[in-house]
Amino acid sequence: MAWLRRSEVVIAGILLLAMILIGLVNPAFWQADNLFSLMRSNVIIGIMALGVLMIMISGGIDVSFPAFAVAAMYLTVKFMLWSGYEGIAFAFAMAAMIGLLLGAINAFFVYKFRMIPLIVTLGTGSMVRGFLLGVVGTSMININKMPDGLIDFAKIDIVSMTKADGTTYGLTAMVLVYLGLALIVHMVLRYTMVGRGVYAYGGDPEAASRAGFDIRLILFFIYCFAGALAGFAGLLHAGMIWLANPRDFVGLELDVIAAVVLGGASIFGGRGSVLGTMLGVFMLVMVKNSLIIMKIDTTWQRVVVGVIIIIATAVTAWRDQKRKA
Amino acid sequence: MTDPFIELRNIRKEFAGVVALDDMSLTVREAEIHCLAGENGSGKSTIIKVMSGVYQPDRGEILIRGQQVPRLNPIASIDHGIQVIYQDFSLFGNLTVAENLAMNVQLREKHRLMNWRRTREIAREAVDRLGVELDLDAEVGHLPTAGKQLVAIARALMSDARLIIMDEPTTALTRREVETLFRIVRDIQSRGIAVLFVSHKMREMLEISETITVMRNGSLVADGPTSEFDEALITRHMTGSDIISEPYVWTPPSGAPQSPRLEVRGLGLKGAYEDVDLTIRPGEIVGLTGLMGSGRTELALSLFGMAPADHGDVKVDGKPVALRTTQEAIAAGIAYVPEDRLSEGLFLTQSIDRNILSTSYEALSPGLTIDKTRAAEMAAETIDTMQIATPTGDKLVKELSGGNQQRVVLGRWLLTDARVLILNGPTVGVDVGSKAEIHRKIRDLAREQGLAVLMISDDVPELVQNCNRLVLMHRGRLVEEFESAGTSEEAIGDKLKAFR
Repeated sequence: MAWLRRSEVVIAGILLLAMILIGLVNPAFWQADNLFSLMRSNVIIGIMALGVLMIMISGGIDVSFPAFAVAAMYLTVKFMLWSGYEGIAFAFAMAAMIGLLLGAINAFFVYKFRMIPLIVTLGTGSMVRGFLLGVVGTSMININKMPDGLIDFAKIDIVSMTKADGTTYGLTAMVLVYLGLALIVHMVLRYTMVGRGVYAYGGDPEAASRAGFDIRLILFFIYCFAGALAGFAGLLHAGMIWLANPRDFVGLELDVIAAVVLGGASIFGGRGSVLGTMLGVFMLVMVKNSLIIMKIDTTWQRVVVGVIIIIATAVTAWRDQKRKA
Repeated sequence: MTDPFIELRNIRKEFAGVVALDDMSLTVREAEIHCLAGENGSGKSTIIKVMSGVYQPDRGEILIRGQQVPRLNPIASIDHGIQVIYQDFSLFGNLTVAENLAMNVQLREKHRLMNWRRTREIAREAVDRLGVELDLDAEVGHLPTAGKQLVAIARALMSDARLIIMDEPTTALTRREVETLFRIVRDIQSRGIAVLFVSHKMREMLEISETITVMRNGSLVADGPTSEFDEALITRHMTGSDIISEPYVWTPPSGAPQSPRLEVRGLGLKGAYEDVDLTIRPGEIVGLTGLMGSGRTELALSLFGMAPADHGDVKVDGKPVALRTTQEAIAAGIAYVPEDRLSEGLFLTQSIDRNILSTSYEALSPGLTIDKTRAAEMAAETIDTMQIATPTGDKLVKELSGGNQQRVVLGRWLLTDARVLILNGPTVGVDVGSKAEIHRKIRDLAREQGLAVLMISDDVPELVQNCNRLVLMHRGRLVEEFESAGTSEEAIGDKLKAFR
């Protein structure tokens, strides 16, 4: 029964148990509109988590992605307004490209100077935020100015239903975007040599370079990919909330890292999976969502996220220690 | 004799003005088992790296199968069939056995995609070639050291190796695992693959190899068929001097019987050992050996308060002592030099001085501040008495050789006024010259300062040489006791074998 000991199965089990418990406390949890809104809340955190997952498997950590996301989002929206571009394909490509280039800066310092990723990303994140507010602007772009194409795209639902009181609700199609990206990251990690190299590098950087992996390629690949995912998620977020706020995403790094750790990735590198991360994201979003439903003050959410990050890290660290012994 | 596979002629290599290799020559023939012997720092690793193409020599020639190789880089070296198994194996603990085995082949074939079915096929083939049982789906991190080594060897064989270089392959293995390894090495040889063993363990070299090359200070000092060498000769070549070893003799003092330094009665720890009675008098060096898992390390840890015993009594100089914590053990005058001095015994990134003083800071700070003058004196004195080779006590411990590191640990305990010294594998990873020095030091401590020494080791010759009494442990019990005088190494080796 080896599959029973897989982290994903354990996490799924805990998730199911938590869902049952929450359902008992609050039967409204199982209603379709709540579940749909829950899945909607997964999209942005989830896409960002995919990038953080890759970096954590390599043994690094990224705290710069919220800044990259906000920069990509704000610059792209500004550009769309300035140029009058109404499509979405180029907009998302641009946002992803901005994130990718910023990610390359991270990769450069991590690779070239063998710097600790935490320090590098703390620095780049702070710089990017500062530049954005200082050079580009601090004003929010509200619904009345937001590009319509973007909002229309983010409005697409897969299913929509009508409640008894006549209001409609649905499951956003952005969930499909998230699932598609998750599938891509999964395939990359599992079925490409670069992906296996990420695991190898996270397991033992020295051995990975001795074995003949291209370390530069691996590092640039993950930091650029993570940056691109963040940029993409940033723009999608603006479309989904009809608002481009250059001060958005503050403190989001902790939520995302908590979700990735909750999903079984090791902070020491070498371990982690897309499925686990998606479960971790779902669990984190669900817990935060339940706190809101139960009308618990939002400040307490920070406490909960902190507790989750500590406990999940402790459990995975304990697991890894046991494996080593 | 077979044809030469690789010939290194008059190799010279300098690093920033420091000569690492000078006029070094080495010939490994096809399908032979060859030992490269030398002390730490003699240039063994450098010559391996020349063969694996990591370093380009400044002067000298490399011939492979009689052909001049103008420039040997890592890829060319692998293409020629040279595989190095490093001490740390270069494996990925977080990946499965199958992936570890197949990774190099997949990388060499320059695939962009990972083919899991092919991975399994490659891995299966690797394991079959070696003729061992390995669970392909197990994570390598879960395997014991010997298992990891098998994976590393199997992986090396996958690349159509003609020469496998093993860097200190037996360091972390138990005696039985060493025997398995030797069987595998002979099997590899029978397929026409040469094996170069890099080691400083003389007995193993003599047992396994057909040819020996000894190097010292980066140069070749002797080579020839193993039959022409014996331990004393290799030692002389390695160190450049004779190391005289005479057994340690201890005579009970005449007159009134002294109370024992250490007296252990009925000591037990559930699941580890039971009913341990042991008495060590001042000046005695008692050797303790047994197989891995016999409980010997646990016993040592109990005596040092790290794994407190469940029942039984311990007396030091006739006074009962409680050993529930390390602090209590130190206060009782017990000192412990751990098996893995690097991880347990030393602060590698700190200076020699600080390491020496680390157990004495309490005593050095009567008030709130440390008595710096006194501290400097004590550290300097210890460096002097322990003959630690360093220009200054500010040097970091990680820059010292293994033997010198061991002296730092020993020296530190002398400062704490220790009366009982427990040494767990005191010379693991230490070369012959330093080993003799450390042994001499331990004897001096016992003889002159009246310490009671408990020496735990796998190295039976080391124990017979340096202890006046030997105790055998098996399945958590002390099963037999010998006086060293009149006991041969072979007799004890046979007894240990019988335990299996």
